[in-house]
Order: sequence, then structure tokens, then C-alpha cells
Amino acid sequence: MREDIAISRRVVLHFPPSLADKPIMCRLAKDFDLEFNILKASITPKEEGLLVVELSGAAEDYENGTRYLSGVGIVIQPLSQDVIRNETRCTHCGACVVLCPPGAFVIDPVTRRVEFDDSKCIACGVCVPACPPRAMEICF
Amino acid sequence: MLRTIAEINEKIRRGQAVVVTAEEIIGIADEKGVERAAREIDVVTTGTFAPMCSSGAYLNLGHTAPRMKIGGGRACLNDVPVYTGFAAVDVFLGATAIPDDDPRNKIRPGHFDYGGGHVIEDLVAGKDVRLEATGYGTDCYPRKKIETWIRLEDMNEATLFNIRNAYQNYNVGVNLSDRTIYTYMGVLKPDLGNANYSTSGQLSPLLNDPYYKTIGIGTKIFLGGGIGYVAWHGTQHHPDVLRGDSGVPKRGAGTLAVIGDLKQMKAGWLRGVSFIGYGVSLAVGIGIPIPILSEEILHYTAVKDEEIFAPVLDYSEAYPQRKPDILGEVSYAQLKSGKIEVLGKDVPTASLSGYYKALEIANILKEWIGRGEFLLTEPVAPLPGVEAGIEFKPLRERPIE
Repeated sequence: MREDIAISRRVVLHFPPSLADKPIMCRLAKDFDLEFNILKASITPKEEGLLVVELSGAAEDYENGTRYLSGVGIVIQPLSQDVIRNETRCTHCGACVVLCPPGAFVIDPVTRRVEFDDSKCIACGVCVPACPPRAMEICF
Repeated sequence: MLRTIAEINEKIRRGQAVVVTAEEIIGIADEKGVERAAREIDVVTTGTFAPMCSSGAYLNLGHTAPRMKIGGGRACLNDVPVYTGFAAVDVFLGATAIPDDDPRNKIRPGHFDYGGGHVIEDLVAGKDVRLEATGYGTDCYPRKKIETWIRLEDMNEATLFNIRNAYQNYNVGVNLSDRTIYTYMGVLKPDLGNANYSTSGQLSPLLNDPYYKTIGIGTKIFLGGGIGYVAWHGTQHHPDVLRGDSGVPKRGAGTLAVIGDLKQMKAGWLRGVSFIGYGVSLAVGIGIPIPILSEEILHYTAVKDEEIFAPVLDYSEAYPQRKPDILGEVSYAQLKSGKIEVLGKDVPTASLSGYYKALEIANILKEWIGRGEFLLTEPVAPLPGVEAGIEFKPLRERPIE
């Protein structure tokens, strides 16, 4: 991986049933020089695949790699679109802060508002049932 | 005495009352001194927004034709059972009630997605809820069954009546065991994985009036986004506990029973909440104005997080077994720093009480008073104080032979 213009994105990949058993991710490494870190993977009963990954590499390689994924029929969404905090339900109590493994929730020391940094989120889902007003939603 | 409540109200009417929040008063008292601050400030507003399980609402559903005696029968709102042991169409909806078919903790931890607290929130939000009731039928109330949509505006009375709210201080929950436990203090991770607390500390109503010198029966308050009143002392009101400097309780002490018209409250300030593995509850927003009648009262309102201490309890063993052992005392300043030390270990802290929302409540109340919309009330009777010698009794079981 070239170090100079490296980027890192967390994305959700939706695989259609026809691709769920095909080797796709290895080509990101072989053909596009991208590193991938799998955060979550599942296959639904209808054999659609879901993969939450962190993709890292040069900006140009990232563009080409994701273009390849789209081209074969994989739907790519940023993770931040799929893990959402319902702002009207959140009471800013902070129960989530100590439970979130990557520390995506931070309390502003002055206002005591709980801020959600979706770029740190790994979509593990621990916060969803642990949030008393149920403000956290995972949409995939 | 510096001023009376009647004099403060006169200033409120003229738009001249000086009102600050319980957070602002800390800096003001530090800078100007208690004596000068007490001369200049008329009212200090407090706030708290946290799950308060002993909450509920009594509802008068209106009479059907032919009439039906739901009293003594069974009734549910959105499948959540309500208490029917009153006259024909009065029911009481409790915050922690859950549907009969909720799986509860059969597979631990249960999720408890919906219950009484959520029904209250839905009613306040103006949503339709499903009323299903059965009765046994009488000559004067022949109807035996009803299923209908109903909403808050259809009801005759809908009154929030919370029998224990605004606890004056509370435990900090930790877990010494080697498995995750699911409590009303939230999820507690094993081996001192986290420490959860639940008061708004320096903003909390009864921590700003530790001896109940201004808050009494009849005190008008912010309740659930509308107006409410202190109805009585709350259940488990127990003023005679260990107290620190300025008389601030170091343990759970006083409580309030509060009442108000649900129809003028707002859903954002009454929020149904779910505690995984434990049950449902209602987060209630409460704000209480404290009239600065003397320097002593101002001194109490200037209390800061550094001066308020809470006991740390193990919820895996000491709390469930009702053992008196505490693991130490920590200040709210320490709790709010993000970590405390328990048994030599750094433990990350989390709150179940929303300080950010509590401050919003104190500010809303300040605005209401500032705009002349909210006048203070003189309590009609005081709350029992330390001198009442109330004993907090456990249930002493007497086996039935």
C-alpha cells in the first residue's frame, strides 16, 4: 500500500445471491492493492450477503476497487448511512459511552451532550438494545 | 429573611425577577460571595431527567353506551395491562407494566421493548392507543367487552401521578462478578467494567434544597414539559441519612410524589425507556424553582459536583442480597470526569440521568419565570425532614404457618 495518499473508509457491501459464494474480496487486495478489515459478515436465508468492511489504500485504488465492486453488482453504502442515532429519541444520558467497544460515543465535557462519531462505529450493535430510549438504529 | 415568595412573584409579574440556573449560581456565588449573590438573585432553577420507575397516570376513559364496568375487570392499552380496581372507567397505567405476552427474562437478557412508560409517551405524543377491556356485567353496567382506539384528547382526565420521583442522591452501580449483569442501573460489565450513576448532581432539585426548606407540598414545578405540583413526599422518603458538608445527603434520601395534567405535557420530556434484562420505565423531566429567601438557601443552591458524594455498590451481590457494604464514596465531579477508582482499579463511568437535558429543563424554567409565565407557590405543608425520624424499613417476613 502506498503511504502518501492513503484513505480508509468503512462501508457496507450488499451482495446479491448470485455473488454470495464468489471470491470477490481477494481481488480487492490482488488487483487493486486495497487492504480490507472485515468488521461483520453474514448471509441471509435468501443467500444475500452482507459485509461490513474497512477498506484502506491509495485514493485512486479505492476509486477503482469500489468501481469494480459496483460493476459486478454489489451495492456499496457508507457505514454511517446504516448506523443512525435517532436524534429526537436520544436523551443524552450516556449509558452507551462505556459499552461501545471502539468508543464511538463521547460526552462533551462542557455541555454533557453525547456525541456519536459514526466514523469510529464498527456496527457491532451493542448499543442498540442497551440504549434505554432505543435511539440507536442499525438499518441493514 | 431577604424576601418572601409573594415579593418574588411581584417581581416575576413585572418581569424584574433575577433568575439563574443551579449551574450558573455556582460561579456567581464564587465570584460575588454568598451574601451579595443572595441579595441580587431571586430564584435558582434546578432540573433532572432520568428514568423514574414509580411513575404512572390515572385515566378516566369515558362511558360507553351501553355502560361498562371496567372496574374490577381487566383492561389493556396497547396490550399493556392497567390497574382497574376503581370505579367503572377509571384506570391506572403504571410505567413498568409490560404486556402479558412479553417473554420477559425467559431468555436472558430480555429486551423489554414496550411497556407502560411507552404508552404514556405515545398518549402524550397524541397517538391512538388500542383499548381492550373486559368486565363481568351488572344490571347498571351490562356491557362486558370493548375494543377501541382511544387517544389522550378523548379522555376526561389524564393525570400523571408519580409516587416516587427526583430521588435526592442515588447509588453508583458496579459489578464485581465475572459475568455481565443487567440491572436498572443499566448494563454492568464484569470485574468492575463500568460504573453507572443516575442523578444530575449539582442541578438536581433536592440536592439544591437538602433540608427541604423551600420545596414542600404544593410547590409548583416543571413536570414532563408542562406544569405539575409536589403532591406529597415520595415513597421511601428517608431524610435521616449520612450527610456531608452543608447537609448534602451522601445516600439516597428524600423523594417526591408529583402530580400534573398529562394533557399539557410534552412527549420529549416523558420518554418510555427499556432496560435490557430488567424491564421498562419512564424517563421523567422535572424542574423545581428554589426561591432565594435567605443567604442560607442560596448557599445550598451553590452546591457543586465536587461536594456531592454517592456510595458505590456492587449490584452482583451486595445490592440484590441487601447487604449494607459499600465499596466507597465518589463525588459527582469524579463521576463526570469519565472514570472513578474502585478497589484500586480505574473504572469508566456512565450516567443514566441526562445532565444535558436536565440543564435544558433548568433553562426552560428560567425562561418561563423570566417571561412572567410561571409564578412560584408557597408550600401548603413542609415535607418531613430529618427530625421526623422516618425509618426506612425492610420487609420483615413472618412465615404463614
